[in-house]
Amino acid sequence: MTEMNIAQAVNAGLATALEDERVVLIGEDVGTTGGVFRVSDGLLARFGPERVIDTPVAESGIVGAAFGMAINGLKPIVEIQFMGFTYPGFDQIISHVARIRNRSRHRFTAPMVIRIPYGAGIGAAEHHSESAEVIYAHTPGLKVVVPSTPYDAKGLLLAAVEDPDPVVFLEPIRMYRAIREDVPDEPYTVPIGVAELVEEGDDVTLIGYGAMMKEIGAAFELLTASGVSVEVIDVRSLVPLDTETIIESIRKTGRAVVVQEAPRTAGFGAEIVAQIQEHALFSLEAPVERVTGWDTIVPLRRAEKHYMPSTEDIVQAAHRTLLS
Amino acid sequence: MIRSLDNDTLLGLWERMARIRAFETRVGEIAAAKEVAGYLHTYSGQEAVACGVIPLLRDDDWFTSTYRNHGHAIARDIPLDEIAGEIYGKVTGVCGGKGGSMHVADQSRGMIGGMGIVAGGLPIATGAALASKYLGRDSVAVAFFGDGAVHQGAWHEALEFASLFQCPVVFVCENNLYAETTAVDYHLLAGSVSAMTGPYQIPSVQIDGMDVFAVRAATAAAFERARTGNGPSLIEAMTYRYGGQYEGDTQTYKPPTEVAYWRGQDPLLRFRSDTATRLGMATLDAIEQSVQVEVDAAFTAAEAAPWPDISEVTTDVYTPIA
Repeated sequence: MTEMNIAQAVNAGLATALEDERVVLIGEDVGTTGGVFRVSDGLLARFGPERVIDTPVAESGIVGAAFGMAINGLKPIVEIQFMGFTYPGFDQIISHVARIRNRSRHRFTAPMVIRIPYGAGIGAAEHHSESAEVIYAHTPGLKVVVPSTPYDAKGLLLAAVEDPDPVVFLEPIRMYRAIREDVPDEPYTVPIGVAELVEEGDDVTLIGYGAMMKEIGAAFELLTASGVSVEVIDVRSLVPLDTETIIESIRKTGRAVVVQEAPRTAGFGAEIVAQIQEHALFSLEAPVERVTGWDTIVPLRRAEKHYMPSTEDIVQAAHRTLLS
Repeated sequence: MIRSLDNDTLLGLWERMARIRAFETRVGEIAAAKEVAGYLHTYSGQEAVACGVIPLLRDDDWFTSTYRNHGHAIARDIPLDEIAGEIYGKVTGVCGGKGGSMHVADQSRGMIGGMGIVAGGLPIATGAALASKYLGRDSVAVAFFGDGAVHQGAWHEALEFASLFQCPVVFVCENNLYAETTAVDYHLLAGSVSAMTGPYQIPSVQIDGMDVFAVRAATAAAFERARTGNGPSLIEAMTYRYGGQYEGDTQTYKPPTEVAYWRGQDPLLRFRSDTATRLGMATLDAIEQSVQVEVDAAFTAAEAAPWPDISEVTTDVYTPIA
């Protein structure tokens, strides 16, 4: 065991993955600089420039080349520096990587991981701060995972590398160095498609993922202190979604608050709400609450706090469900 | 070039070119008869490019194609039954009827597939080549593309990657004078595709794409370069698309004199005049007749083949969890 933060845990996961010679890490500044968030620090020195590949600033080229490498027997891990930088690579991700298995009737697969630091919190506005996870969750053929702890970061990354299909691996930027915990030194995986029941309670279920788990954790403390029994679910895997864990919880509590940092309209939270009403409508004691970002572009630093869902927003939403 | 090829090789090239022409002629007929839904893009006129390049691929090589991919699949010897079946969307198709006309893919023959998005295949072939280099193999990857692809960012990104990492990739432009329905005179500011590789330090050559021997010679040189660790290169094969951008395109944008000129350069006619003395017209005619029989049989079989079960609509999206 070593105590580490999420950035260090991803780094440890990458180093473990790179022990397999089929694995390469490819992206902008991942080598010499160690990545824009220093997540790949030290890997170039350890594994060499053929394994840790600095590329031009060309996301379509990066994803396309990684896809070709996956076709030809390798297991590439791509780093796209920020969520907003994935848009120039959309064509390769959506038109080619995600579709090859279906369109070729599984003659081809694309065993690759696309790592994307995402979300606000560093005051850098739009392209460096947004949460476009629902675009990838909405694309058939992609799996989408979002760790919120160091333990899950390493375990989900290694599960993503093992997975035969393309996995979008989202790294919440403002959580990179926010928390530390013990992480096993040896290789392990956290299964894709399994949510984590973080806290058990009876009155209301708080559901979220990524950086929002920090706000949810704080809301849990406040609500518990005021005598509310709160259940907390970290979704961890958007696709496939562990509907069972969510539904089981709603059947018990009858109340839910779904939290996402992304803009409100057609966000991933709406999918969770839809699942709840399909499978647990008659267990509900109150309308399901959504706490989300605004339907706007993530603003500059001064207004970022106003954009981000807060602990207080979640606490209030939970209290609204308890009125019914 | 011709003199260095034995008769079997020559006949193999002829058979593939004749097979593509007969096949695509039939595709035009089924499109006109509306037997198949969706857009169909035929390769007639461009046979010398596919047949000049693809027979030089080894089993361990890779290539990406475009939505105009039937000719490439045929040149790679994918059985006609499987290509016709794929166009019809039947279970007998090479991808079980899931890819359709534009996405013929066959891993066992290194055909990563037709890519429906212009220039989509270039970064992918570049990556396949980079992997071969990484794995210490001397295999190559080819990316076929049209003259319209040079306007896509992916085209430039792929050339940049290929040169920076010295990938064993050969970019083959089939310059058929039209990007969809827009003429190169209008859209190709550099005047030629081969003129655009200089800044990327990628050697290029513009060749007569109606002459299968010229294409083969340029390809052999490019493959040799790639296999011996000397990096990427680009071939611009000047050719002509007899059909429209898609079947049903009225082609009012093509000047009649231009059509007449290129029909006069027909790659099958050129092959005949280059080889008739040596191979004999009767031999060439007999091959044309035998491939016509193959094509007839393939389309009859495709028409009669069963549809995939409707449940297959939702399969093959993800690898099943054991």
